[in-house]
Formats: sequence, C-alpha cells, structure tokens
Amino acid sequence: MGLQPRGIFLSDRIVNELQLLVSPESIVYGKLDITFYRDDVRKQLHVANETDIPFSIENKNVILIDDVLYTGRTTRAALDALLDFGRPAKVELCVLIDRRFRREYPIQGDYVGLSLDTIKSQKVKVYWKEKDKRECIELLDS
Amino acid sequence: MRLSTKHLLGIKDLNKEDIELILATASQFKDVLQRPVKKVPSLRDVTIVNLFYENSTRTRMSFELAERRLSADTLNFAASSSSAAKGETLLDTVNNILSMKVDMVVMRHSASGAPHFLAKHIPAAIVNAGDGINEHPTQALLDAFSMQEKLGKLEGLKVAIIGDILHSRVALSNIYLLNKMGAEVMVAGPPTLIPKYISEALGVKVEYNLKKALQWCDVANVLRIQLERQNQPLFSSLREYSLAYGINKRLLESLGKEITIMHPGPINRGVELDSDVADGPFSIILNQVENGVAIRMAVLYLLASREN
Repeated sequence: MGLQPRGIFLSDRIVNELQLLVSPESIVYGKLDITFYRDDVRKQLHVANETDIPFSIENKNVILIDDVLYTGRTTRAALDALLDFGRPAKVELCVLIDRRFRREYPIQGDYVGLSLDTIKSQKVKVYWKEKDKRECIELLDS
Repeated sequence: MRLSTKHLLGIKDLNKEDIELILATASQFKDVLQRPVKKVPSLRDVTIVNLFYENSTRTRMSFELAERRLSADTLNFAASSSSAAKGETLLDTVNNILSMKVDMVVMRHSASGAPHFLAKHIPAAIVNAGDGINEHPTQALLDAFSMQEKLGKLEGLKVAIIGDILHSRVALSNIYLLNKMGAEVMVAGPPTLIPKYISEALGVKVEYNLKKALQWCDVANVLRIQLERQNQPLFSSLREYSLAYGINKRLLESLGKEITIMHPGPINRGVELDSDVADGPFSIILNQVENGVAIRMAVLYLLASREN
C-alpha cells in the first residue's frame, strides 16, 4: 500500500520487482491518501490525492510504503485511514529513509532502506526520476 | 493552495482557482462517501452551528450530513422554534451561540446580505446556505460539479437557466460561477420573471421562447417557481406557466438532441417539470443531491483549514 503523494514512487517500483519474484496474482496493490486523516488540518491546508484500493484488505498482510519516516505522524494517520477500509491481519511499515531521533509517536519501520541521523533544522528530500527528472536523496542544512 | 476567502458568502467573491480547488476536493470526498466507513476525522475539533432562519430540507440535511461525515460537532438552530420568535436580533443570537465556543456558522436567511452582515461582526467562518434573492453558493458549486461529472468539462458548455430568474439565488450563483469557469449562460422564462438589465449586467443571453432555449443548450437547469416570494402575480396562473414554460417528454423528444436536465429542488411536478422528465434518463437531479454532500464537505474542510 503506497502512501500518497510521494510514497507511491517507491511502492510502484517495489511492486514491479516483487511481481518478477513471486506470482503476480499473489500481490494486490493499492494507493492510500491520508489528507483527511491528518491531525494538522487546521494548521495548514493539504490538497487531497486519489485513494485507490480496488480490493478488500480484510485479513490481509499489509505493508505501508512511504519515502521518509520522520515524526511518525503520517504513519499514524495512514493507520487510521487504512483501518477504515477493514481489518487487516497484520500491518507493517516500509520506508526508504528513516530519520532517526525526533519521533513523536512510537512508530518504527519494519523495512528500512537507509537510516539517517538528522537534526530538526535539516531537511531530507527524495527525488524520483518519474516525477522530478532526477533521482537522488538530498540532506539540506537550512 | 488555499481558498482566497475566509467565508463562503457568495460565488461572486471566489476566483477560478478557488472554484477548481473546491471541485477537486469534493471529488475526493465523493470517493470517501463510497467507502465502507463514510467518515473521516478531519474536523473532529471543530464545532459548527446550522442557523436556519428559513425552511429547508435538502440543504440543511446535506450540510448536517457533510459536517458529521467530517466528524465535526454540530448544533442545529431553526428560527421558528427559537428565541428569534421572541424578538432576539440576529447578532445577539449568533453572539450567544458563539460564546458557547462555536467555530463555524452555516446560515440561511430570507434577507439578502444577512451572512455578509454577520461576517463583519463576528470572528467565526460563515458559509452562506442561501440569503434571500442574493446567492446560494453551495448549490451553484454542486451544480457545477454535477455538470462536470456528466459532461466532462465546464468551459464552453452551454447552460440554460430556466424559470423564475428574478427571485432565484440559485440562478445568480450559477451565473457567477459559470461565467468564471468559461461556460456560456442563457436565462429563459417569461419577461416578468427575468430582470430587465440582466444581459448588460451579467453578460448572459436572454430568451423568452422555451423551445429555442432548449435547442441552444447542452444543459437545462430548471428552477422552481417560487410562489412564496411573489408578492404580486407575475404570470396569470400556474397552468399558463406550465403550458408556456413547463418541460415535458414530448418537448424534449422534439429537439432532436440530448440535453441534460437539472433542478435544485423541490420540484413542482407538472409545473416547471413533468414527472416523465424529472425521473427520466436525461435527468441528473438525484446526482445533484448526492454531490451536494461532497461539495459541502469540501467547502467546510477548506474553510476550516484556512483558519489560524
């Protein structure tokens, strides 16, 4: 389950790779938008994206996929959003970048590409060739 | 991206980007409404009062459902069963309600400009749910959403608004919105129900012949004859109105083309629309009602996130 808007570039690729390794019909793939589940709705406006889950998640093993794990608030909202679609057997979290420290909720990645030790004033940006015409991860000091 | 206004008082105050943002957000909320759990927690810390100084079924229920689907707390106020009947002023009523920590006000009033007056005096965000003969912005937004859903776009669309243009806040809001989105608008009806300088003031076509109007348009938005707003008779009888401006199946079939039929409700069956048209295959009247909830969710969501 890719998280909109920027987790889906990672999830698209993971799903493509997985389908080469196991039988394609053993994986179902959806995209989840969590805009309406955020806890900062009244602080800033987030524009909604499409949610596309063309199957039941009842009793399935679900892996949430996002680009960066930082405060954990997005993942918290994603769990709420996901559970409105049914009761999965198990939910895990896969992220490309885990920004350690400054987590605000007790949430950890089960599958992590790269762990980074960053401080609050820094920013981590992931660029995807499908969207940004270049592919890199930037650690910015501001 | 955010709305350019703090309140939704009328379509007049919105720009094209605002309208596009509301329509796009409503389309995501329409998806939410198809899910097993038709509810999101977005506005769980927001309290909204529905202040209805004038009767309403559809609009009030639609707003209330939209608020609940967004997890807001709601309060309902109907003028007929309240202290307004004891002579309390509008501002006093609202200030009393706001002192109970209410964040947003959804308001319908028979006086044009009542929500604009409130907006000058209170800090809460106000959504106009219809003021007198001025505007009914959420109706125009849900009409636009329904047209876009059925016909793919608004730009270049030919829309005829038919019936009592003079007393209709739905007509005025629709004209503002369709003009901003690049649609072509025609108003049609008896001369006594069409404001004299509307063509110069709002840049719409005027047609007094129903069949010609239907032949021109892609969409006919048929308005209700508002008997309660007519102090003097502006046409001789309902039967005469229905003969000249009522739409029936035979008339639609004689056009040689397919047009979409809309109506904001409540329908006077057999007056402006015959049942075989209102319930027929070209009618999207019930889609309008369905889309109303999604549009109102979008408006409340976008206004709430504009605070602070």
